[in-house]
Amino acid sequence: MWLQCEPFLFVARSTVRLSDLSKGTSAVVDRVDDAHANDTVAQRLRDIGFVDGEPVRVVACAPLGADPLLIQIGFTRFALRRAEAARVSVRCEVAA
Amino acid sequence: MSADALRIALVGNPNCGKTALFNLLTGGRQKVANYAGVTIERKEGRFMAPSGRMLQILDLPGAYSFDAVSPDEQITRDVLEGNYPGEAPPDLIVCVADATNLRLHLRFLLEVRRLGRPVVLALNMMDAARRRGIAIDLPELSRRLGLPVVETIAVRRGGAKALVERVDGELPLPAPAQADDAASRADLHAEVRELLAATVRMPRHTAALDDALDRWALHPVFGLAILAVVMFLVFQAVYAAGKPMSDLIGDGFGWLGEHVASLLPAGPLHSLVVNGLFGGIGTVLGFLPVILVLFFFILVLEESGYLPRAAFLLDRMMVSVGLTGRSFIPLLSSFACAIPGIMGTRSIQDPRDRLATILVAPLMTCSARLPVYALLIGAFIPSRAVLGVFNLQGLVLFALYVAGILGAMTVGWVIKRIRRDKSEHALLMELPSYRLPKLRDVAIGLYERGAIFLRRLTGVILALTVIMWFISTFPAPPAGATGPAINYSFAGYIGRGLQYLFAPIGFNWQISLALIPAFAARETAVAALATVYLVGGDAAGGLTHALAGNFSLASALSLLVWFAYAPQCMSTLAIIRRETDSWRNVAISFGYMFVMAYAASFLVYQIARALT
Repeated sequence: MWLQCEPFLFVARSTVRLSDLSKGTSAVVDRVDDAHANDTVAQRLRDIGFVDGEPVRVVACAPLGADPLLIQIGFTRFALRRAEAARVSVRCEVAA
Repeated sequence: MSADALRIALVGNPNCGKTALFNLLTGGRQKVANYAGVTIERKEGRFMAPSGRMLQILDLPGAYSFDAVSPDEQITRDVLEGNYPGEAPPDLIVCVADATNLRLHLRFLLEVRRLGRPVVLALNMMDAARRRGIAIDLPELSRRLGLPVVETIAVRRGGAKALVERVDGELPLPAPAQADDAASRADLHAEVRELLAATVRMPRHTAALDDALDRWALHPVFGLAILAVVMFLVFQAVYAAGKPMSDLIGDGFGWLGEHVASLLPAGPLHSLVVNGLFGGIGTVLGFLPVILVLFFFILVLEESGYLPRAAFLLDRMMVSVGLTGRSFIPLLSSFACAIPGIMGTRSIQDPRDRLATILVAPLMTCSARLPVYALLIGAFIPSRAVLGVFNLQGLVLFALYVAGILGAMTVGWVIKRIRRDKSEHALLMELPSYRLPKLRDVAIGLYERGAIFLRRLTGVILALTVIMWFISTFPAPPAGATGPAINYSFAGYIGRGLQYLFAPIGFNWQISLALIPAFAARETAVAALATVYLVGGDAAGGLTHALAGNFSLASALSLLVWFAYAPQCMSTLAIIRRETDSWRNVAISFGYMFVMAYAASFLVYQIARALT
């Protein structure tokens, strides 16, 4: 079963979850939401640079279920599982 | 340890080249141990500065933030804050940052600066930064940060010269200490952005090489194909290069033992030297080449940046059976030997994932099972073509490998179900830039692994080997005894005692007895069976015949399945004890593997007996 990232249509300036972006799309981080109280994963995402205004791009998706995703943020590439990427809200300042 | 040595702590993000810098500074003069009570490596080294002052360097675990999420980050934080019991706070902190990845790494520096201790920033990988056209205004960066900034190229000889000169000079003034809270932490990113805007110019955000390689290495189809080829080559190398060397060492020690023993009078001491000491040391050292060859490839793959890519490709599959993408490499190592596999789980940060990986690692079919499999398959499975192309013997061997993997998946899945702490396991794994591995770092890594293996295991294995020798030699057979001496020894009695336990799975007392030395090292089961069946140890064909005449096909299949799952060997249990620092985990792994092996063998034996 080889799944590609789901295609997704963008409306400029709307906010979507990072996990909903398709492979190769760029966006800008809006915020990271805590999934529950004392969410260390969300805090870590903020620590490694997922903060308002930071450009991100979905570089690759893993073969099974397109999970995890490979996210380029700044000069760094992070592998995030879908549940982790879903905490990040991004806005698409340029429609893809 | 001289009291006046300057204590320097080396910190930085993971993948900043900190360990390469540490290797460059200290060369081979390193002391690797564990922090008290935990299994996190503590690496310390020292060197003489040009001024004649002794500098003592502590290489702290890599951290992204002081808001620690893993035990290693906690240690880094506690040591730097001077709160770690038994560790003196450092006189100077050298914060290492990858010059090609400043956005991420400068933020951690800002966290370190708030500790209020003297800090020097080492901008590492300046060569790579220049190649990518990244220009950094060092004096301006230093002025804005209020601390000394030096360039380093950890992979080049002399690449740390500026750093050595700086730390050998006067201590820089510390920045004022600041409280650490969530609100002020959010400001750090803004501060980093300002710093970058003012001091760094870069043409583009990623390395063209990384983009090109990742397009293939992470491709859903080609990526998996490349991974399969890489793994296949590593395995070939382990068997082609490691195994002959292992055999050579085993034989060499056997020969040496004979010669030393010929100087001794015949008797118990004689057999202790030949079988106990030299045989035991030979077995342990025999594993070393396989482990070193395997670790060589793992280190090369790790240094090159490929391993996290493999973990990325396989993460989803591993998660579905209660593991993580990072479990992949330790489990792969376990096909050669579970010991390096279990040692390799140190790269898994989540303690729950790490323990699950340690527990299933011994189920991977290690190379020591092969002699036993080969003997039993040769004796009981006809060499017959199946479907024209496959050989039945080969299929059975393949089935045993698959049985191990399926067993591991089942156990992982069960662990996931019964685990009480069901909170999320994070991946959040950085995929570093590709780089060419440096011989120096691979060599130092190999030396460390080899030393740990020898130091930690020789003691345990030697002691147990001597005990094994003792129970199979004493008491000596009575005068006029006809059977082999082992029948009259403690081991003989134990074997006959164990038979009651093992009869339901089809083992006679000879097999039960052979299981005792097999617990020390699986492959010795072959020699033990040869001894009890009074067959010359040299003639494998003779043993094959003796076996075929002495037990049923059902017993043989049951024994094969037993070896696939049985709790072995004691070196593995010893390393589980070392790596988890807990006898409870040893008891759990012994217990579950015993139950699993017994149940599987019972089923196979009863079904096979009903059918034949």
